[in-house]
Amino acid sequence: MTTSGAGAPSLLSLRGVTHRFGAVGALHDASLHVRPGTVHALLGENGAGKTTLMRVAFGLLTPDQGSILVRDKPTAIASPAAALALGIGMVHQHFTLVPAMTVAENVALGGRGVFRPQQAAERVGEVATRAGLTLDPLAIVNTLSVGAQQRCEIVKALARDVSLLILDEPTAVLAPAEAADLLQWLRTFASDGHAVVLITHKLRDALSIADDVTVLRRGRTVLAARAGDTTQDDLRRAMVGTEDNSVRLVGGDIGKRAESTTRTDTERAAAKRATEERTASERSDVERTDAERTSAVRADPERTDAERTAAERTDAERTDVKPSDAERDVLRTNDVYYTDARGAERVRGVTLGVRRAELVGIAAVEGGGQHELLRLLAGRLMPQRGTILAPARLGFVPEDRHRDALMLDAPVDENVALRGAGARHGRIPWATVRHDTEQIIAARDVRTDGPSAIVRTLSGGNQQKLVLGRELANTPDALIVENPSRGLDFQATAAVHSALREARDGGAAVLMYSSDLDEVLLLADRVLVMFNGTLTEVPRDRDAIGRAMLGAL
Amino acid sequence: MLSLELAAGGDATGEFLAATVRFATPLAFAAIGECVSERAGVINIGLEGAILAGALGGTVGAGIAGPAAGFAVGAAAGVLVACVFALFTVWLRADQIITGTATNLLALGMTGTLFRSLFGAAGVGLSTPTIAAVAIPGLSALPLVGQAFFAQPVVTYALYVLVPAVAWWMARTHSGLALRAVGESPEAAIAAGVRPRMVQACAVLFAGAMAGIAGATLVLAQAGTFVEGMSAGRGFIAIAIVVLGRWRPLGVAAAAVLFGAANALQTLVQSMGWTAVPYQLILAIPYVLTLLVLAGASGRVAAPAALGRREVEQ
Amino acid sequence: MSMHAKVKSAVTALLPVLVFAGGAVLVLVMLLLLTGHSPGPALAALARGAAGSGYALSSTIVRSVPLALSGLAVALAFRAGLLNIGAEGQLLVGACAATAVGVALRATPGVIAIPVMLAAGAIAGAGWAWIAAALRKRYGVLEVISTIMLNFVAINITGWLVRGPLQEPTRINPQSASLPLSQQLPIVIPTTRIHVGAVVAVALALGLWWWLRATASGFRLRAVGANPLAAASAGKIDVSRTAMVAFLISGALAGLAGSVELTGVTYALYENFSPGYGYTAIAVALLARLNPLGVLATALLFGALEAGAGAMQRDAAVPSVVVSVVEAALILMLVAADRWQSRAGQRLATSS
Repeated sequence: MTTSGAGAPSLLSLRGVTHRFGAVGALHDASLHVRPGTVHALLGENGAGKTTLMRVAFGLLTPDQGSILVRDKPTAIASPAAALALGIGMVHQHFTLVPAMTVAENVALGGRGVFRPQQAAERVGEVATRAGLTLDPLAIVNTLSVGAQQRCEIVKALARDVSLLILDEPTAVLAPAEAADLLQWLRTFASDGHAVVLITHKLRDALSIADDVTVLRRGRTVLAARAGDTTQDDLRRAMVGTEDNSVRLVGGDIGKRAESTTRTDTERAAAKRATEERTASERSDVERTDAERTSAVRADPERTDAERTAAERTDAERTDVKPSDAERDVLRTNDVYYTDARGAERVRGVTLGVRRAELVGIAAVEGGGQHELLRLLAGRLMPQRGTILAPARLGFVPEDRHRDALMLDAPVDENVALRGAGARHGRIPWATVRHDTEQIIAARDVRTDGPSAIVRTLSGGNQQKLVLGRELANTPDALIVENPSRGLDFQATAAVHSALREARDGGAAVLMYSSDLDEVLLLADRVLVMFNGTLTEVPRDRDAIGRAMLGAL
Repeated sequence: MLSLELAAGGDATGEFLAATVRFATPLAFAAIGECVSERAGVINIGLEGAILAGALGGTVGAGIAGPAAGFAVGAAAGVLVACVFALFTVWLRADQIITGTATNLLALGMTGTLFRSLFGAAGVGLSTPTIAAVAIPGLSALPLVGQAFFAQPVVTYALYVLVPAVAWWMARTHSGLALRAVGESPEAAIAAGVRPRMVQACAVLFAGAMAGIAGATLVLAQAGTFVEGMSAGRGFIAIAIVVLGRWRPLGVAAAAVLFGAANALQTLVQSMGWTAVPYQLILAIPYVLTLLVLAGASGRVAAPAALGRREVEQ
Repeated sequence: MSMHAKVKSAVTALLPVLVFAGGAVLVLVMLLLLTGHSPGPALAALARGAAGSGYALSSTIVRSVPLALSGLAVALAFRAGLLNIGAEGQLLVGACAATAVGVALRATPGVIAIPVMLAAGAIAGAGWAWIAAALRKRYGVLEVISTIMLNFVAINITGWLVRGPLQEPTRINPQSASLPLSQQLPIVIPTTRIHVGAVVAVALALGLWWWLRATASGFRLRAVGANPLAAASAGKIDVSRTAMVAFLISGALAGLAGSVELTGVTYALYENFSPGYGYTAIAVALLARLNPLGVLATALLFGALEAGAGAMQRDAAVPSVVVSVVEAALILMLVAADRWQSRAGQRLATSS
């Protein structure tokens, strides 16, 4: 394990941080050293402990063990107020803004004494202009776009004169162009003598601007180095961990790794040919990023071709799908319109079709109407205009499984019985349900004590596997999923992706929305982009998709 | 004949208005407290119990050391009940509705028990010194409204100061901003360095004090005696008043006046001598009005976003 | 499950009840001391009144019946996620309806009149609940508040009825005419006052218990209470309809409680017909963890408390209203225990 110079001046140092949530260890002796004037990328897969570590730095969490040094002086950070006083600010993954209040009020929140709206608005204007960010102080937050809300979060931190800005997965919700702007801004911010900690699981974004990197895996710091001193492979390996045999890569085990590496070379060769052939190799998200890593923020036009050949289906996998089946649409909407309860038109004249054995991916920024569209097709919403065609046997996996898919305090078998409960009559055959549950648990490798276990005790990944298993249990003709791997670690993500591919290969029409463009490109046969309620089909070109996501096509 | 009728009518109107303000006073106190509490995200269903406690406290306090002490003890009693409520809902994060219901039961039982123990088995014939109306010179001479608004017990005048003060505080101070933020989005408040639990606890205790004063008002400025269960649903009506008033202090005060009028109808009926309408059904009017208000106000949209929410990080 | 495991699970289920019972006694003792009564004689009177004799036992059971029926009403509603605090009003309205129907059917043989009166009570209770349910559905009015408001309206309506249309012929007392023998519920155990309503309560508890766990409609009710969004999205359940049905059944049960109490115990309608059964029912339901069979047990417990309280007031001059304090304390203890448990649960290891 290489360390960035221990003797270098440090703005923030976290050492030996250990923390457990009950019996679950979240951090084990983790550490981080941030130098002033740098962008520090904190990498790791979902669940590695990155957010937890930085919550310690922001005073949201007091670790069981460990020390914090700010400007080389040992300090305790007991609360966000204390962190802010030390010049540490945080922009959270899920925005911590009050939706009903104005930008100025949000920025002013936490102050003392008399509140003068006029003054507050002026201050916001000052800070924003000085930082080069556009923001309307009097706008009400829930009317702002995601990008603007993020700027508000940043101004909130800047207004407190932070010298260290922590951002948690900031590019996850942004379109590629917005992400590029943000990263550029962070680079400039750092060069002005401040420091930035960028928490992300996306190698590409991180390496485009980072000076230092720290990699966390399973709560431990497994790598800490200057960005220039490491290679992509080092980082990838550190994030996933090759010496750990229990980690299965997508669809394959360690044994297959050699094969995938070879394929990578083939893929690069294919990329140079700049064809539209698609590879559906069973590789992890990180390895795929390897092919795309060459797309830095300062994009090289030549390299765009490499991304275009993201998925290439081998002939072996195609033979199951008969050409004649592919004609008919299983899911279809025709000029569909939907207005929500507040009178906002969410879906405008959308026409789309998904065939058998096809996986269509929708790329969009939040608020584009994709959630509504998916629910219209899944029969959870009724359109005001237009027609919808959907099969009776349809599975739906919403993005918020706690809220929309599961009864957390009920046992697993009751959750399985939930599907179709609306149409059932008479008695529920619990013995059969239990048997079906056991089959789902086995088929999807859900780690649980059994059908009577309370769902709350399952991890997020297992809950998602359970939901997928339930929705796929009666081999539906169509499957609709939303952000299927949100918050899941590599293992669970791989299992989810594998399940989606299986469903498609088995003949189902799969429609997927993911806010993670890489995931869409990884899985989808076709890509549709949704913007402001309208849908367009876009070629598998990252740039084109990125532009379409912002409506600039 | 005509002039007599007119005179009778005029008196009845004036009486009615004065009664309106009189009945509105305890409602307004309770409602202002509930308004602050709900702006912080806590539905204080247990307000009813606090009012009862305040009523008993007022009786006891006044019996010992006069009306001023009565109000003080009443407020303290209300805070005590609110403490129990806050303990369970703010600290333990228990369900606000169930806890509130339990708190009311507790207060009902405790006040009944204590009352009987202190004042004998039936408590019959107990009477407490009440405070007289104090006319404000000049203002009380205004036609129609003068008597109604400016010839009331001092406690009503306290309201005239309290309500604008609360309104100003909520809109123009950082602590008021923090309160509103906690009620809309506790996560945002935490990230800004505010402590939601502290804010909510303070709000709940303030509501308890206000409810206690409301209860003391019932005894010391109106009934002149304590009767078990005399709060008669005012704690719940206060919740409707807050909805009607759109969670704004000034609106809440106005809504309280409306409900005061509903309560005052019974005196109007009696003074007009209408015997056709059953007395009991007149008494039911405020409750029906509450239902109508809640149905028509479509206030759900204006409510603080995190109202009633249990899971708050810190 | 092995014998050992069965015993263990029975003990773990019983333990909380014992702890709570102990806690309740503690609260009672403290309250007695606070108000200057000596706990010993008071508690003795309580125990005597609850179970000290055949008469006491029958008194306990008789008092449990309205608590059981309204407890079932509250438990069912809570199970569906509906905070029906209106059992008190629904019960009163049921009693009023039964009284009115009884007057109309004075000449009809009891074997017809009684079922009709009971049915009228149930229907009236359902109707009263419907008001709150409809307000909730159409206008989003919090049912907590609307049901409580309706309680007060019901009290006032009862007060008016017993002084007006339903007043007894001599027009002296604010109560209805006494029910003729034909309209009084038959006694099931001779030499006691235990009437057929007890059987009805037990039967309904068993039926509801079975319905909730074995049928699709019962499952839907539980799902809606557990997570209405998931019920709608994942289960494609008509949440609105399920909630309405649950509310109506709940009201019917409470209304039935009122008509049963009328025809089985009081034989007349009067002001203060209900000493707060509807509110006690909340404690009954919560303590029973919303389980219909559990409700029978907790109703008995509270019936014992109330029977004992009567004796306590008679023999030891302790105001019977102390029971409200004990009930409230029980709810709060339960709530606290729940929160402790779920906090502990949140710290439990998660399997991965």
